[in-house]
Amino acid sequence: MTTTPTPAPGSPSPTREAPTREAAASLTGVETTARSVAESAAQPATGITGAQSLVRSLEAVGVDVVFGIPGGAILPLYDPLFDSHVRHVLVRHEQGAGHAATGYAQATGRVGVCMATSGPGATNLVTPLADAYMDSVPIVAITGQVPSGAIGTDAFQEADIRGITMPVTKHNFLVTDAAEIPQRIAEAFHLAATGRPGPVLVDVPKDVLQATTDFSWPPRLDLPGYKPTTRPHGKQVREAAALIAGASRPVLYVGGGVLKAHASEELAELAELTGAPVVTTLMARGAFPDSSPQHLGMPGMHGTVAAVTALQKADVLVALGARFDDRVTGQLSTFAPDALVVHADIDPAEIGKNRKADVPIVGDAKETIAQLVEALRAEHAAGRTPDLAAWWTSLDDWRERYPLGYDWPEDGALSPQYVIERLGAIAGPDAIYTSGVGQHQMWAAQFIRYEKPGTWLNSGGLGTMGYAVPAAMGAKYGCPDTTVWAIDGDGCFQMTNQELATCAIEGIPVKIAVINNGNLGMVRQWQTLFYEGRYSNTKLHARNPDGTPKPVRIPDFVALAEALGCVGLRCESREDVDAVIEKAMAIHDAPVVIDFVVGADAQVWPMVAAGASNDDILAARDLRPVFGDGQV
Amino acid sequence: MPRHTLSVLVENKSGVLARVSALFSRRGFNIESLAVGPTENPDLSRMTIVVDAESQPLEQITKQLNKLIEIIKIVELEPGAAVQRELLLVKVRAPMAERTQVLQTAELFRARVIDVNPDTVTLEATGTPDKLQALLSVLAPLGIKEMAQSGTVALGRGPRSMSGAGSLRPVERTA
Repeated sequence: MTTTPTPAPGSPSPTREAPTREAAASLTGVETTARSVAESAAQPATGITGAQSLVRSLEAVGVDVVFGIPGGAILPLYDPLFDSHVRHVLVRHEQGAGHAATGYAQATGRVGVCMATSGPGATNLVTPLADAYMDSVPIVAITGQVPSGAIGTDAFQEADIRGITMPVTKHNFLVTDAAEIPQRIAEAFHLAATGRPGPVLVDVPKDVLQATTDFSWPPRLDLPGYKPTTRPHGKQVREAAALIAGASRPVLYVGGGVLKAHASEELAELAELTGAPVVTTLMARGAFPDSSPQHLGMPGMHGTVAAVTALQKADVLVALGARFDDRVTGQLSTFAPDALVVHADIDPAEIGKNRKADVPIVGDAKETIAQLVEALRAEHAAGRTPDLAAWWTSLDDWRERYPLGYDWPEDGALSPQYVIERLGAIAGPDAIYTSGVGQHQMWAAQFIRYEKPGTWLNSGGLGTMGYAVPAAMGAKYGCPDTTVWAIDGDGCFQMTNQELATCAIEGIPVKIAVINNGNLGMVRQWQTLFYEGRYSNTKLHARNPDGTPKPVRIPDFVALAEALGCVGLRCESREDVDAVIEKAMAIHDAPVVIDFVVGADAQVWPMVAAGASNDDILAARDLRPVFGDGQV
Repeated sequence: MPRHTLSVLVENKSGVLARVSALFSRRGFNIESLAVGPTENPDLSRMTIVVDAESQPLEQITKQLNKLIEIIKIVELEPGAAVQRELLLVKVRAPMAERTQVLQTAELFRARVIDVNPDTVTLEATGTPDKLQALLSVLAPLGIKEMAQSGTVALGRGPRSMSGAGSLRPVERTA
């Protein structure tokens, strides 16, 4: 089930024949070139250009790939980049560069890098920067800027990208002196990767890139106001352990911070020690294996009845790297009304932001959970072990009575949930799955069984339609031996599918499953439920004046895929699903797109309506679960 | 809502004021007044920010401010433990017949005359916001032509400083 990143047949070689890259590869093998060349790149140099200094800085910091597009202001940088072992993937739209950097970062745990020119190039990065900011993904964006003397004059392709991105980056810099370049680059990568990770933008005016300067590495970091707390406070950890040991209805509420901190092993230990149920948020799918009987699934608006209800009925919530997002809590005032809250997060501002924390812990999730395990062992050694039998009786009851499920469309159309379920079963837990935003995203979170960290990449906080294809490109570049599937909707796919040309030409064989229901499905679902079925502007398919679909495909996704240098496949019936997925799995030398034509009226269930209480979850349309109050 | 005075040491770099003011507007916090100026350390500037907020939103404000990379330290200055001053320049109508009254009022409030002409007098006064408000309400019937008022600047009482040894305790970074 693995693929090798060979270029598509007939496409040009994906690598430029840059001498240093060849030399480096022949010396050490491709996988290790980044480090070995980084060491030589870290040699001091005098009388070089700012652009050369910037490329050397990227090499020294260990960058192996940059996703970007050149343009006027950043042109000086692209000249030394041509000779560098840092590979540049030429995308088709800067938004694709940004999401590719994010996908790369989420799949590999390393900092992703994207690059664009001034003005529109830079503003096209705003959406992926905001996306990475909301989901705490470490990426660095490097943008060209008009020459220093032209800043503020409304020069051609001038945009105040530092001002524009202030609210959507962890930090950003405008470099005013070429001598600062190594330091700013080192600071940008340090800021992106440490503490609560996030995007950092470095804006470099053209004259700074052209100036003559000296280079030395490593530079001194000058960030006196940046001291993230990573080590948790021992007293707080012991208090949390005492609370957990005394709980009769505890729940481990696991968020994306656990994945960011690479704390899955520690989490598994904590779960085993406590015997408590675990819920993993949309950003944390894969942090805890779905196959574990302790896993109740995803909480929130489209979470499982068991996960949502466990949070509601809990007496102690242990929130680990989670931020009590409105899509998880529903109506905040009625969320988990009886629970005392242990809230562990690396960002102190998240603690108490939405829900009061009874035991706040600021620290890195890995260290915090490890210390929590130790403290709990002490509690258990002192004879304080809770009996969770009654709690599990209730949890199992909810889980058995209200499992995830779906109905087949009455009109005989293909069920989208079935397609996604089969895709997960065939591609398996070793594959990486990305998704866009909407119904297909929720089904992919619900019906694929995630067993490993870093196998589920999606846009959780910002909800960026169009994320799936470029993120898959970045993930596949970073993990060339892993199968990468993008599960996309037909609406999302039409926002960023141009990056398939990049994938085909650069030799990045991703696989795309377009869940094509001819509609903006999630919006349509809300129109069905809350707007009396008035489908205002959600139909994407060609239609007759009476609204019925025309028998014409616009676009024809198979033809589109072929036009973009990919293999295009189509599936419209249940019998063909497995075969077409297996056919796609057997193609290793080109990107593949499968157009799964599915029913338009499938809906995502369970559901807590926006702003409603989690107590009012509907397991399916018009099916309100009965919890038999007094059970717990 | 209770009024709080935050004294914030920030790196003396371009764009810091924009970050701080943008953060307040984006998170929906209201700034009552804001004053920025140099400090004893040329690398640092001090922002004195007065906000109207209950204690829970105030905690969120300071936590969000602390996340800005260029912010070094935040201290909340309690009214009893700090001196707070604003500067007021006010141009008052003062024809010869009424001039004495204006000057007497200035003297009562220890305001100084800094510009005089046949029709008006410009006064300079410093004090707490309450004192300056009182001065303005006495001057108002005489005819205020124009005024300019600074934001509050403040320092903690006693020998300690925000940056030196034995410094003031910062607003907790941990919850």
